[in-house]
Amino acid sequence: MSEPGAHGAGVVVVGGSLAGLRAAEQLRAAGHDGPLRVVGEEPHLPYNRPPLSKEVLGDPGDSDLERLHGLVAFRRRASVADVDFVLGARVEGSDLEARKLRLADGTHLGYDGLVVATGLRPRRLDLPGPSLGRYVIRTLDDVITLRLRLAGATDPRVVVVGGGFIGTETACTLLKLGCDVTVVEPFGAPMERVLGADLALAVQRHLTAQGVRFLTGVGVSGFTGEAHVAGVTLSDGRELPADLVVEAVGSVCNTEWLEGNPGLDLTDGVLCDDRLRVVGASRTVAVGDIARFPNVLVDDVPRRVEHWSIPTDTAKRAAPTLVALLRGEEPDTTPFVPVPSFWSDQLDLRFQSFGSPGLADEVELAEGDLDRLADGVLALYHRTVAGERRHVGTVAVNLPPKRQRELRAAFLQPDLSKGTR
Amino acid sequence: MQITVDMKRCQDHGQCAIAAPDVFRINDEGRLEYEPTADESLRDEVEEAADVCPVQAIALLDG
Repeated sequence: MSEPGAHGAGVVVVGGSLAGLRAAEQLRAAGHDGPLRVVGEEPHLPYNRPPLSKEVLGDPGDSDLERLHGLVAFRRRASVADVDFVLGARVEGSDLEARKLRLADGTHLGYDGLVVATGLRPRRLDLPGPSLGRYVIRTLDDVITLRLRLAGATDPRVVVVGGGFIGTETACTLLKLGCDVTVVEPFGAPMERVLGADLALAVQRHLTAQGVRFLTGVGVSGFTGEAHVAGVTLSDGRELPADLVVEAVGSVCNTEWLEGNPGLDLTDGVLCDDRLRVVGASRTVAVGDIARFPNVLVDDVPRRVEHWSIPTDTAKRAAPTLVALLRGEEPDTTPFVPVPSFWSDQLDLRFQSFGSPGLADEVELAEGDLDRLADGVLALYHRTVAGERRHVGTVAVNLPPKRQRELRAAFLQPDLSKGTR
Repeated sequence: MQITVDMKRCQDHGQCAIAAPDVFRINDEGRLEYEPTADESLRDEVEEAADVCPVQAIALLDG
């Protein structure tokens, strides 16, 4: 391994998922032709996570790791053929002043430039009761573990804790697999934080009619059973029988390895400026859903964005920023105005979102009928910023894909955006 | 530049048609149509289309 901070140590990307891969590709595209290393904690080459709760969980074939990884592995551009992917390696600590990382095996790794791309991990419920039989869906290994458990069960009763997008998608996939599924969501209707109350309630009615049970406005206080989960205790005292539980209750930022470096703001992910420079560190950028950055599409408040498009968008901006910093140049000052987007498939519904609907204070039903979601609905999300009502998000349900271009174009600001099309 | 789309994997999300409208389009039936070869000058937008495909069905054969 190189000497700490030695010139020629190249760039190290910490994090080996979509954000890490896109960072490596974009560093090459931005002209970094020196050494480039991606350090990932998982033993697998980068793969696409959204299909995990849908196609991979629902895949009718065997649970062979290589086969399932093949379904979701990212293609790698020729430009990253010489990138060193260090897999199964966890970075445990760092000294950004000395440009040195400490790995779990005790070795150290120096760098000239650093990309923070360690993303998130699922939050786990810290509640009394057995831990066996409780699953999460974040990694390929998580889903394989769940698949193997399901393969040994007949019509299992599943309780999904958390009615966000991952919880609801998972519930829909499990229903199709023949499970008896109940979603427990303490906040409100499924995905209400993003969709708003009216659309979320409509989705709840739609999915309920097809067999997904929802218990909303009630929390989970513990699990029953001896060694293995046998049920879920609700905060109102009720008990639900459960052969297994899926926890989909949000995520935690993987920033522990950055703790102890003075000047960093790690209160929610890693605070960055609008060029993705990590505030308080030199020659360091952040990419993906760990990066907290301002987007003038909404206002000037830095936020993390957990949408699938963000690793790619942030990599396209962070890479040229880092290359400029390594050359001692001032990074491009053009505002960074990405248009976040994500999709979700739930039984016969396909959601497509542009912008940040979750930031809205007002929802407008622009097209369709909330009692006939499958026929197509368009919701527009507005937020009042400094007295001005702004269109900040769009959610389309079952609208023809031809419409997407126009829906996304509503957020493009040609005078501002660069590299965000 | 040669382009292939794994049509068994494609779910007609249409993100590619936003990124590279010269190469990919969604027809009136809502299905993807695309040009199997494209000029090198379109590489950036085809790379972008491949990047943003939700199911990662797009491959560039020579690059």
